[in-house]
Amino acid sequence: MTGDVLIDVQNLSIGFKGRSGKLLPVLRNIDLGVRRGETVGIVGESGSGKSTLALAMMGYLKHGLRVISGQSLFGGNDLLAMPARELQRIRGGKIALIPQNSGQSLSPNLRVGAQLAESLALHGKVAPSAFPQRVTELLQQVRLPDPAAIASRYPHELSGGQQQRVAIAMALAGDPEALLLDEPTTGLDVTTQAHILELLSDIAARYSKAMVYVSHDLGAIARVCSRVVVMYAGEIILDGGAATVLTNPGHPYARGLLASIPRLANPSLPLALEGRPPPPGGVGPGCSFVERCAIAEAACRAERPGLQPLLAGGRVRCRLPERAGSIPTRRDGKPGSASGSFGEPLVRLSNLAISYARQSLVDQLLGRKPQGVPTVDRVDIDIRQGEVVGLVGESGSGKSTILKAIAGLVAPAGGEITYDRSGALPATVEHRRPEQLRDIQLIFQNPDESLNPRHTIEQILAQPLQLYFGLSGDALRERSIGILERVRLGAHYLDRLPSQLSGGEKQRVAIARAFAAEPKLVLCDEVTSALDVSVQAAVLDLLDQLRRDSGTTYIFVSHDLAVVRALSDRVAVLYQGRLCEIGPAAAVYSRPCHPYTEALMGAVLEPEPGARPVLMAEDIMELSPPPKGCPFQRRCHRKVGPICESTTPPQQDAGAGHVIHCHMPIEDLASAQIVRTWDNAGPPHVQ
Amino acid sequence: MRAGPTTPDAIPARPSRLVAVIREMLSRPSGCIGLFLVVAHVILALLSPYFAPFDFKAMNANAILAPPDTTHWLGTDQLGRDILTRTIMGGRQAILVTAIATPLAVAWGGLLGIYLGLAGGRLDDILMRVVDAFLALPWILKMLLMIVTFGTGVGVLIPTLAFFYGIPVIRIARAATQNIVARDFVLAARARGHSRVSIMRRELFGNVLDALMVEGAMRWSWMLLAFTSLSFLGFGVSPPTPDWGLMIADSRNFMAIAPWPAFAPVIALSSLIIGINLTADALAKALGIDRAQAAVH
Ligand SMILES: Nc1ncnc2c1ncn2[C@@H]1O[C@H](COP(=O)(O)OP(=O)(O)O)[C@@H](O)[C@H]1O
Ligand code: SF4
Ligand code: SF4
Ligand SMILES: [Mg+2]
Repeated sequence: MTGDVLIDVQNLSIGFKGRSGKLLPVLRNIDLGVRRGETVGIVGESGSGKSTLALAMMGYLKHGLRVISGQSLFGGNDLLAMPARELQRIRGGKIALIPQNSGQSLSPNLRVGAQLAESLALHGKVAPSAFPQRVTELLQQVRLPDPAAIASRYPHELSGGQQQRVAIAMALAGDPEALLLDEPTTGLDVTTQAHILELLSDIAARYSKAMVYVSHDLGAIARVCSRVVVMYAGEIILDGGAATVLTNPGHPYARGLLASIPRLANPSLPLALEGRPPPPGGVGPGCSFVERCAIAEAACRAERPGLQPLLAGGRVRCRLPERAGSIPTRRDGKPGSASGSFGEPLVRLSNLAISYARQSLVDQLLGRKPQGVPTVDRVDIDIRQGEVVGLVGESGSGKSTILKAIAGLVAPAGGEITYDRSGALPATVEHRRPEQLRDIQLIFQNPDESLNPRHTIEQILAQPLQLYFGLSGDALRERSIGILERVRLGAHYLDRLPSQLSGGEKQRVAIARAFAAEPKLVLCDEVTSALDVSVQAAVLDLLDQLRRDSGTTYIFVSHDLAVVRALSDRVAVLYQGRLCEIGPAAAVYSRPCHPYTEALMGAVLEPEPGARPVLMAEDIMELSPPPKGCPFQRRCHRKVGPICESTTPPQQDAGAGHVIHCHMPIEDLASAQIVRTWDNAGPPHVQ
Repeated sequence: MRAGPTTPDAIPARPSRLVAVIREMLSRPSGCIGLFLVVAHVILALLSPYFAPFDFKAMNANAILAPPDTTHWLGTDQLGRDILTRTIMGGRQAILVTAIATPLAVAWGGLLGIYLGLAGGRLDDILMRVVDAFLALPWILKMLLMIVTFGTGVGVLIPTLAFFYGIPVIRIARAATQNIVARDFVLAARARGHSRVSIMRRELFGNVLDALMVEGAMRWSWMLLAFTSLSFLGFGVSPPTPDWGLMIADSRNFMAIAPWPAFAPVIALSSLIIGINLTADALAKALGIDRAQAAVH
């Protein structure tokens, strides 16, 4: 089905001028051809050069970058050496880019239909009289229900997934021959992401375009691409069929990367890849991966390996591809969860409700309660001493809100938080006792936000140490060094600023700051979401080690089900601030009962060739929880009937502490299990 | 593959931020010109008594409103005083007063703004309404009211200027603080249980300081204009002390026959204001602050 080579990057090197005046390469000798009808995935960790490459494919260089050598051909013409006018023409009409968050970059004050018509007018391929019909067609192409209604809406009236679909429709408006997608689903919820990927793989199959799909997420790539290119330190290190790259790649880095991905079906901790990639200009004369390679030889340091063709097809940049097979791509299963008996409940959330609705002045004067449906409601969870309780749910499901309430940063509107048999915990930090404050520590998602950019690591660690232990001088410094070593960083980090650390190192400092308090309960809010997978694996491993050493209890929040699986003993699934299901991780993951859990698990993208998500719940926008009944009622694919809208679902016990909040009888819930399909043909299967 | 202790790459010694910022400012034409003008004016203000060609009080009855010549390079005024001398000394009072009043304004406005930005609540609501009301009044009216009530002179002008020009600083500091308070490191400090004062001191000051420095530079230029205007109206410096505002006021009656006495102080004042504005601009860019967000009053 594939045709001639449309995008052809030849020996392309791109770099920027460093402080020393030397040209530092960001891309090095890239050779890559993409045929019509072919979908190529480009995968790599942050800084590996994948976005730079995608942009170069449409003749665009980010500010400060310049071509060192090579060309980027499109239909035989070098885009990087083309007059601006002509480039403009090609970019608009023949090649289209869909960047990350492009859904959010639609103009806010123009109706969707008008925006699409505008881009049709720009490309001038369709007569203005045919615009309305073409707009409808485009919206149908991206599978938006009721195109007429969508066309008359403003972007903010659409959900994130719908916005992204409109952005894709805009890109398709010019009927381009090539589509470049740069992290098109990053930042979307799991279920939405699965829907968008189905759409993309369908477009790829149906319209025989040349598609380039850039992502850090091998699961997403696996779903859409037939061929995968792996980048590392600005080089292509592996290029081959998706099935091979995802199961038995011939490059040590690609194998390490696979091993570092947490998987739904595997309860153990992923394996960390040691070290970090060299910075631009930091590669020696030899192989760029040599510092981290388990099978490196002396010769690897001396000479840079070429990108050699493999007998089995594809290309690899390694001297010893046949020996790479000895590096595991799966871990053998060191269980992350302590799978033992736990102590007494340490924290107990009973009937917790939290509302962000602000009391208006009138309400205050009249002594009325704030109006509106509470963000979080009816949450009951016991967290036992030494346990890791995972909290999963899509963005906006109230995970962070619950953590903030436990940390005393928002006051609950109802219910109670009891702590360590000392009775109810005062609602906010101002009223808590110093030892209660010390006992509960919070770690945030993004260390760039959670570490003060003006403080050195020493000042950052000093904060809890001074506050809780009154340390100063040498004792303070000594303790700081000890804590840094616990998170596997050295004393020489003390006088650095956060901006001088890598993402993973920053997150370790944030973890160190929390553990400096010697807490009993650590609240982890998406602590690995901002990190690359291989770094994430190292951080998960660290968190696991720390709690084994100190017996700390965790509440571990994440939108990523596989990550929660790797670390948690028990899991609670939240939707719109209400509990859907809670139980031992093994039970919930092997036998998801609640329809929402089922939908979530079905939507997870596994980096397996041919793995296909099962799309159940509808991709619609929910701005606030329904006022009564089941929180999932508007999207549920197994709704029992009107009772779901009128009555709070009962708690049903499936045994061993596995509790499901649903009106459907437990036998029915347990019998209908998701069946993942593993083929690659036909339209996606929507139940 | 358990990750062992990470060995970090060698990182060069951190250059002091001040040095880095000044270097960055000097890398732009606006920063170079601005800093040159400001430094030149400050040096003139400090040292002019030692090298002014004439005595600023000395009148020359033979050269009343004399045009520029080799003796009086910029000519003389209506009393026959040397304009070059009076111009290079005419900024001394203005620069002295505003150079004291500016830090005072930034200090009190900044502190209050940071506090309100952190504390929020009822007090914040009320005080910000008052600030808005205050800013709605024409400044000259407020100044004159104050001066009519408390009299003139440097002792009154410094606190007056510091007070009035601190009010817009409250707004800037509060807005900058609110941006930072929303960030997780402040949330982390609150969750640890630090006191409000400790949060202001450790987490907020360092991060709001950038915005305050730029704001301070802006306030300084507005204050200079205000001071000069007051002098022009006769409420600032009293004669015979040379002062740009007074000089402009004195010479305006003779504009038709002798324009030069007005030119020199106007150019001196404008060059200082332009210099301060260019410096503030370069400073904002060097610190990475978006000046478009900063309100102008
Ligand atoms: N400070 C706030 N003020 C008002 N609404 C908020 C605030 N923080 C969060 N929300 C709302 O509360 C809901 C739950 O948010 P959050 O707890 O952050 O969810 P999650 O962490 O699961 O993504 C969302 O609808 C969000 O918009
Ligand atoms: S060339 Fe050598 S160092 Fe590089 S990946 Fe292959 S075996 Fe490892
Ligand atoms: S209670 Fe009804 S709507 Fe809610 S999950 Fe169960 S079946 Fe679906
Ligand atoms: Mg969150």
